[in-house]
Amino acid sequence: MVVRCEQVGKRFGAKLAVDGLDLAVEKGQCYGLLGPNGAGKTTALKMIYGVTPPSSGRVFVFDQDITTHTRAIRARLGVTLQENALIEVLSPVENLRVFGRYHLIPAAEIERRSEELLDFLDLRSHATLPVKALSGGFQRRLSIALSLMNGPELLILDEPTTGLDPAVRLALWSRVRELRRSGTTVLLTTHYMEEAERLCDALVVMDQGRVVARGAPRALIREILAVETLEIELPPGRHVAVLERLNGVRSLRSGTHLLLYAKDASALLESVRGGEPDAHLVAIRPTNLEDVFLALTGTKLEAGA
Amino acid sequence: MSAPEAGSPAASAPEAGSPATSAPAVGRVTLPAAALGRPGRVSLYYALAVWKRNFAMYRRSWKLNILPNFFEPLLYLVSMGIGVGAYISQMGGTSYLEFLAPGLVAVAAMNGASFEVTYNAFVRLNFEKTYESMLTTPIQPEDVLAGEILWAITRSTLYGGAFLIVIAAWGLVPPLHALIALPLVPLAGFLFAAIGIAFALRIPTIELFSFYFTLFLTPLFLFSDVFFPLKERLDPVWFPVAEALPLLHPVRLMRHAFRAEAAPVLLWDLAYVLVLSGLLLFVARRVIRARLRG
Repeated sequence: MVVRCEQVGKRFGAKLAVDGLDLAVEKGQCYGLLGPNGAGKTTALKMIYGVTPPSSGRVFVFDQDITTHTRAIRARLGVTLQENALIEVLSPVENLRVFGRYHLIPAAEIERRSEELLDFLDLRSHATLPVKALSGGFQRRLSIALSLMNGPELLILDEPTTGLDPAVRLALWSRVRELRRSGTTVLLTTHYMEEAERLCDALVVMDQGRVVARGAPRALIREILAVETLEIELPPGRHVAVLERLNGVRSLRSGTHLLLYAKDASALLESVRGGEPDAHLVAIRPTNLEDVFLALTGTKLEAGA
Repeated sequence: MSAPEAGSPAASAPEAGSPATSAPAVGRVTLPAAALGRPGRVSLYYALAVWKRNFAMYRRSWKLNILPNFFEPLLYLVSMGIGVGAYISQMGGTSYLEFLAPGLVAVAAMNGASFEVTYNAFVRLNFEKTYESMLTTPIQPEDVLAGEILWAITRSTLYGGAFLIVIAAWGLVPPLHALIALPLVPLAGFLFAAIGIAFALRIPTIELFSFYFTLFLTPLFLFSDVFFPLKERLDPVWFPVAEALPLLHPVRLMRHAFRAEAAPVLLWDLAYVLVLSGLLLFVARRVIRARLRG
């Protein structure tokens, strides 16, 4: 087991940022912590890499207690912080060098790894420019390169793609997959449900410090909702009648729209139209984690039946 | 990274647009066994890693930094020592120039340490997130603190030491006596590194440093035996207050070293410097742990 959290809690004054977190990340997995801002994801990560001590419970990384083996554990993992912490007047190459020294990597080895990482994260073209002259995407990639400097067995990414344009985001996802294929265990937080769905083998959904669901993305969708989503628009006041007739179908209401979840959305549409000819089809699409999250927490949308 | 990949679900089809580079190998760095140290204790290896970071940054701009810092005490020495000194036949048994020299060496050490642990440390802590980034590696808050203090001592030694050499070359102190005085430079640096970092770690905004410099360091500079023998101008009732001034002690140590004289009061000076520095570092360690672990 690479990461194991046992009933981990963190209290800041009166606020419980993380409440009874249980987590088990296996070697080679890509594991996601999902949730809106303020759900406790970053705090959970900070307890895992040992910068924030838990108020209760225990954290094990590489089967060692993080509070007593902090330095040894951190020598084997890499962390990309939510906010880039780069030295802006230095170039990517110089930043890599400085960071390599934090890990006590010998100079020749630092040069070798830097070369590898410049290629892996496509930084070569801007390798000697000052960081402050680089775009957000470049800076983010450099941040990830820094966290790979020690060849980590566990890579922790705190919102790796927040604020990046879609092309950069997709490219970063492909790097994460390559890392995983080469044997790196990845633990990431995100509030992009699509990111989690595409990258993660397993995940927990957090809300207000608590885990509200856990499992593989597909399984979660199947168990909590259903694989397909039917989105329809109904005349005012008809929602209740439709839902009563469909008895047992999971749904979410959003203004005049109604989201219905089913194994076969087309068949469901037929049966809705049977009793409600005015129902207007908005979309039939695969159910995603966003739906699951909304169903679980009721955030943004009104929770349905 | 150029072209986006096709919208494929996790871990399937090869990605379009991904260049033919493979992920770097997972590989542990072999660490010296002693480097990991014990929890809650400073590891000298990692403290030096912090020191090296500051040194690398300093090397880039040392020419810009060293000139003003180096010339400041020299300007005081020339202006006061030669200018004002022309009207003073002697002070403390020597020429005014010779009276000023040891105090200004201590001041150079004080200033060399102070800038580093105040503005620079504050920016690294609060704006550049340098420490946050260090704490993703085996570096611990204790190592950060130790590295910063070591670096501030290094800078104070550079400035104070360079100034001491100039003074020795000038003939204001015999070379042998200058050698005795040399270890007092990092000692003075240590004291003001500890005072400065304890202040920097506790203040909420960077503007408060102007209080530190104008209302703390400047009065120390003016009233700590550097320009005149403080106690000759004071009613004995005020002596305990004078003895509380931090700069007074390095100055008195320095003055005695310049004359190669020993005196019992120097033990008190030494104790003051070491105990106050130790206490402040104890406080600073608690504060930096609290600040970085939040």
